[in-house]
Amino acid sequence: MIRFDQVSKLYAGNTRPALNSVSLEILRGEFVFLVGASGSGKSSFLRLVLKEENPSSGQIHVLGQNLGKLTNRKVPYFRRNIGVVFQDFRLLPQKNVFDNVAFSLQVIGKSKGFIQEAVPDVLKMVGLAGKSGRLPHELSGGEQQRVAIARAIVNKPSILLADEPTGNLDPATSAGIMTLLDRISGSGTTVVMATHDAGIVDTMKRRVIELVSGQVVRDERQGGYQTHAVPIQRQEPPPAAAGLGSRL
Amino acid sequence: MRLGLILSEVGHGLRRNFSMVVSIVLVTFISLTFVGAAILLQQQINQMKGYWYDRAQVAVYLCTQYDEGGNCNAEEATAQQKANIEQVLKSAVLAPLIQHYDFEDHEAAFARYQKQFAGSEGTSFVTPDFLPETFWVNLKDPSQSDAVVERMSGVPGVEDVVDQRKYLQPIFNALNAASITAVGIAGLMLIAAVLLIATTIRLSAFSRRRELGIMRLVGASNRFIQTPFVLEGVVAALIGSALASGAIVAVVQFFVQGYLNATPSSTPFVDLGDAFIVVPILIVGGAGLAAISAAVAIRRYLKV
Repeated sequence: MIRFDQVSKLYAGNTRPALNSVSLEILRGEFVFLVGASGSGKSSFLRLVLKEENPSSGQIHVLGQNLGKLTNRKVPYFRRNIGVVFQDFRLLPQKNVFDNVAFSLQVIGKSKGFIQEAVPDVLKMVGLAGKSGRLPHELSGGEQQRVAIARAIVNKPSILLADEPTGNLDPATSAGIMTLLDRISGSGTTVVMATHDAGIVDTMKRRVIELVSGQVVRDERQGGYQTHAVPIQRQEPPPAAAGLGSRL
Repeated sequence: MRLGLILSEVGHGLRRNFSMVVSIVLVTFISLTFVGAAILLQQQINQMKGYWYDRAQVAVYLCTQYDEGGNCNAEEATAQQKANIEQVLKSAVLAPLIQHYDFEDHEAAFARYQKQFAGSEGTSFVTPDFLPETFWVNLKDPSQSDAVVERMSGVPGVEDVVDQRKYLQPIFNALNAASITAVGIAGLMLIAAVLLIATTIRLSAFSRRRELGIMRLVGASNRFIQTPFVLEGVVAALIGSALASGAIVAVVQFFVQGYLNATPSSTPFVDLGDAFIVVPILIVGGAGLAAISAAVAIRRYLKV
């Protein structure tokens, strides 16, 4: 589904790479937490999957496509298979809930009939059935994030990327969002979620990939936010591993 | 569905940037009016050239008893000299260039002079023998007059050889200068128009950057994102070109045809037929320019 081969990303003007020789594979239907401190490369990872950035070196395959060989003209069509959710929701403030979700279908040329059917369905699934006429500012943070999730999945993407979707929400609301994401994952969608929220990661018991300074230091099935198992063994432990060790 | 969506986006954009759109309309209006004026001036020049060059002749003035310049010796050209001159005009060198020629004697020249300068004071002093006898030569190709002038100047009994085209040249120079000035102003204004369109489209895109971000995220194609902005520029420019076309047609109808053509002169002027050739050039040119500058301006927002 998503495969990184020796992927490095160096932003111009930086000496330290945002991602350093990352190799990993995420399979269909997996639910993966991407954890690590700010600046550890989580967002860069998600941007690379979306082809918002190109890697400095290495190969990325997403949905069977080699992103390095994907032409700019095809990128929009590639993105129709990937849903994205952000910490700051990114809703259109002047459009109501229905129109916000419908907008993402309109701009990819879906028919009116399809939109009239798909949008109420997805709103019902995220638990906003009665609120389709509300404007974003009339909703709570959790509800706004549900709208954003509805928008991301209304086109039935194979992959859902979530960049700290609970970052702005209180724990109870976050739990609700996680239940929703879990349900989406259960229906076969691959979910990759970058997060800082230790509580969520610990309760969900899913695959955890930990990044430190752009390197994968842990890839654990049913892991917690902090590991109790032995981290990935490397031939040459990166310098940052010392910092990790002291933190543990 | 998609067309309706795109058009509603265009309408939104135009309303949101109303003042900028008005300025685009005005600037394209003025610049394209100058473009149209320059084209009309060129058409006018061509028309006058065609008209006058057909009528322009090379005059071979013969000596009178008062002339001392040229090949004259203050002696009237003799009958033998005239015969010789005619011989040269019929010679193998010049004959192919010449369509036909007429001889004008003293009396005919005097009659023409009196008619041309009727009422002016000098006419009463002039007698027929002051005015030179003349061979009026019509050329097949007026631009080859140099050969005739050169050949005839040296012939005995010829006082002077004058190509009438040279009297027209200053008029064409003035019209050309006016035309170049119009092109220059049009060029500057068009640059302003292009920059204005680009700025307006950027502003428009900036005010819709949330929508653009989401469009890119959910996989709207570049063409879909781009089209409303390009159309926005094109609509504004089309209004400007329509106004410019109206101005050009009005100028031709009311000033050229209504005023200039009413004055007594034999000069032909551009007519509405010429103006209607200019209109499509302005419309297509204005719309094309707007489309290109808007498309370039929006490119930054399409980077995937």
